Amino acid sequence: MQEQTTTDNNTQAAPKVVEMTDCSISFGGIHAVDHASLDLHKGEVVALLGHNGAGKSTFIKLLSGAYKRDSGTIRIRGEEATINNPRDAKAYGIETIYQTLALADNVDTAANLYLGRELRTAWGTLDDVAMEAQAREVMGRLNPRFQRFKEPVKALSGGQRQSVAIARAILFNAQILIMDEPTAALGPQETAQVGELIKQLKNDGISIFLISHDIEDVFDLADRVAVMKNGQMVGTAPVDAVTKDEVLGMIILGKCPPGATPGPGAMDE
Amino acid sequence: MTDNSNATASPQGARQSEESAITRFFRATEVDTRMLGMLGALMLIWIMFHLFSDGRFLTPRNLWNLSVQTSSVAIMSTGMVLIIVTRHIDLSVGSILGFVAMIMGVTQTSFLPDLLGLGSPVTWVITLSVGIVVGALIGAIHGYVIAYLAVPAFIVTLGGLLVWRGAAWWVTSGQTVAPMDATFRLMGGGPYGSIGAFWSWVVAAVACIGILLMIVTTRRNRKRFNFPLRPLWAELTLVVVGCGAVLSAVAVANNYPWPKGIVKRYATANNIEVPDGGLFIAHGIAIPVLIAIAVGIIMTFIATRTRFGRYVFAMGGNPEAAELAGINTRWVTMKIFILMGILCAIAGAISTARLNASTNAQGTLDELLVIAAAVIGGTSLGGGIGTIVGAMIGAVVMQSLQSGMVLLGVDAPFQNVVVGIVLVLAVWLDGLYRRRSV
Repeated sequence: MQEQTTTDNNTQAAPKVVEMTDCSISFGGIHAVDHASLDLHKGEVVALLGHNGAGKSTFIKLLSGAYKRDSGTIRIRGEEATINNPRDAKAYGIETIYQTLALADNVDTAANLYLGRELRTAWGTLDDVAMEAQAREVMGRLNPRFQRFKEPVKALSGGQRQSVAIARAILFNAQILIMDEPTAALGPQETAQVGELIKQLKNDGISIFLISHDIEDVFDLADRVAVMKNGQMVGTAPVDAVTKDEVLGMIILGKCPPGATPGPGAMDE
Repeated sequence: MTDNSNATASPQGARQSEESAITRFFRATEVDTRMLGMLGALMLIWIMFHLFSDGRFLTPRNLWNLSVQTSSVAIMSTGMVLIIVTRHIDLSVGSILGFVAMIMGVTQTSFLPDLLGLGSPVTWVITLSVGIVVGALIGAIHGYVIAYLAVPAFIVTLGGLLVWRGAAWWVTSGQTVAPMDATFRLMGGGPYGSIGAFWSWVVAAVACIGILLMIVTTRRNRKRFNFPLRPLWAELTLVVVGCGAVLSAVAVANNYPWPKGIVKRYATANNIEVPDGGLFIAHGIAIPVLIAIAVGIIMTFIATRTRFGRYVFAMGGNPEAAELAGINTRWVTMKIFILMGILCAIAGAISTARLNASTNAQGTLDELLVIAAAVIGGTSLGGGIGTIVGAMIGAVVMQSLQSGMVLLGVDAPFQNVVVGIVLVLAVWLDGLYRRRSV
C-alpha cells in the first residue's frame, strides 16, 4: 500500500474497523464472490465499484448479514466477527441502506424506522407516539419538508422513500454504514443532498462503504475506490492516486493502474 | 374546527377548504371509510332479509341466535387475518377444530369423571386447557414445517386438513361423544349460557367507559407530542356512536326472553311464582359471544400494540425487508400458526358446548367460512393488509347470509350459490375501492 502524501486524506492512518479477508460465496456453482478482500478505516469512505453483476452488492451483503459467506473471515474493530444474519451485523453497529431500500411498504415511516428495534412502553407495548416523535425529529433533519407521517411508505415519492431508508440507518448510531446505490432513485438535487450527508457522517467518524456502478456518483465523495469484476477484486486505490479514466479501465478491463494495489482479479499484464 | 395544534401547518391547506362536508367529516373523525362501507352493506343485508321474511330477521331472538352462531367462525377468523396478512393460508382450521373438539369431548366424558368425579367445577377448565395445548401443538407442527422446512402453507395445511379430520375419527373410531359437562356447556350459549340482563348492562357500562378512556388517552398522548388532534366534536361523535352501538346491542340481547318451558322449570326449581302474563327472564349477552368479543379485543391488541403484531404486518408488506431489518421471520411465522391452533381450540370448545357433543364431522368446511370471513373483512390475499375487526364483521356478514336464507326457506344448495357469489363480489368491490383510494 502506498504511503500517505496528502493532508486531507489521512484516514488510512486511522484504525481499521472492517477487515474482510478472502471472502467467497457461490450460488449453485456460480462464484458470485471469489476470494475477495477489503478493508475500511475509521471515518473513511470507500467506494466499491463495478459493473452490474460484478458481485459488489453480494460481497457487501456478506458484511450486512443478508448472506452467509461460504469461506473467509470478517474482523470488526480488530476482532473476528460472527455475522450470520442481519441481526448480528446490527449488533456490531453495521447499518445498511439497500439498493431496494428494504422498506415495509404497508406501514408508516415511524414503523419502518424502528422495524426490528421498536420502542416500547413500560407495559411492553409499542410506544407509537414516542416513535413518531423521534421519526419527526430525524426526518426533520434529513428532509425538512417531509410531512406524511401517517401514510404507508408506499404512498411516498422515490426521494422520500430514500430518506426514510437513510434515516433508519443513521437513527441507531451506526459506526459502519453500507450504502448500496444510494442515489440511484434520486434527482440531481436530492443526490447532492445525499452527498452532503455522506460528508457530514464522515466528519462524525462514521466509516462508509459506497456501492455504485457509476463512477461519477461517488468519485468525489470517496477516499478510496475498490473495483470488482466477475466476483473478484481487481484492486483498490486512493482516489488521488488514480484518474477517473484509470478507474474506468479497472471497471471495464480489470486493468490495474500503477497507483492502485492489484487484487486477485487484476488482468495479467 | 376547535383545535388547531401547531403541527398542522400542512401544505394541503388550500385543498382542504374545497373538500365537501362529508370528506371533512371522515378526515376529522379518522374513521376507516372501508369499514363503514362494510357495516353499511351488512345493514343492507339485514334490512333486505327483514323485509323479505315479513319482519322475522331483525328480532331480538334472531339477532341473538345470529350472534351465537357467528362466535366460533369469528374467533377463528381473527387468527386467519394474521396468517393471510403474512401471505400464508390455513386450510386446516376446520379439521383442527374437529380433532381438538374430539379430544376435549373424550377428556371430559372419559378421563376426568374417573379422576374428579362427575360434575366437578374444574372439569371445564382442565378440558379447555387440554384443548388449547393440543391446538397450540398442532399449530406449532404446522408452523415449524412452514417456517423452518419451507414447505408452502397451502400444502402443509392441505395435509393438515386430511390428517386432523382422519385423526378426529380415530380418537373414538367415529363415535359421537356426548353429553358434555354441565359447566362446560355454558360456553355454548343457550338460556343458562347467557349472563342475564343485569350483568349485560354491567358489560355495556364497562365497554362505554372503555371507549371513553381510549379516546381520552389517545388525545392526551397526541397532545404530549404536539401531534395534530381530532376536533372535539369529532371525538364526541365517536364516543356517542360507539356507546350507542354498545347499548343498543345489549338492549337487543336483553329483549330476548327465555323460552316458556325453561322459565317454568327454572321457576319450580327455585320456588318462584310465575305470574299470569308469564315471567320475563332476559337472555342477555351469550357467553360464547363474550368470549368472541374478548378474543377480538385481545387479538386487536396483539395485532396493533405489540412487536409481534408489527412484525406480522411488516412481513406481509415486504418479507425480505423484514428479514433484513433483523426480524426473526421464521419464529414469527411459527408463532402465528400456534396462535391459530389456540383459536381453533377455543372455537372448538364453543361449538362442542353448543352441540352438547363432539362429532367427527365437526367443523367440516369451516376453513372456507373462516377464510371468506377474513377476505370479506378486507384482508388482502396479497399480504400486509387486514384488520381483526374487519374479519369479525366479515364473519357476521357470512352468518347473516346463511341464517337469513334459512329464514327465507332458500334451498340448501342454492344457499351455497349465493354465498359463493357474494364472496367473489365482495372481493371485487374491495379491489375497486382500493385501486381508487391509493
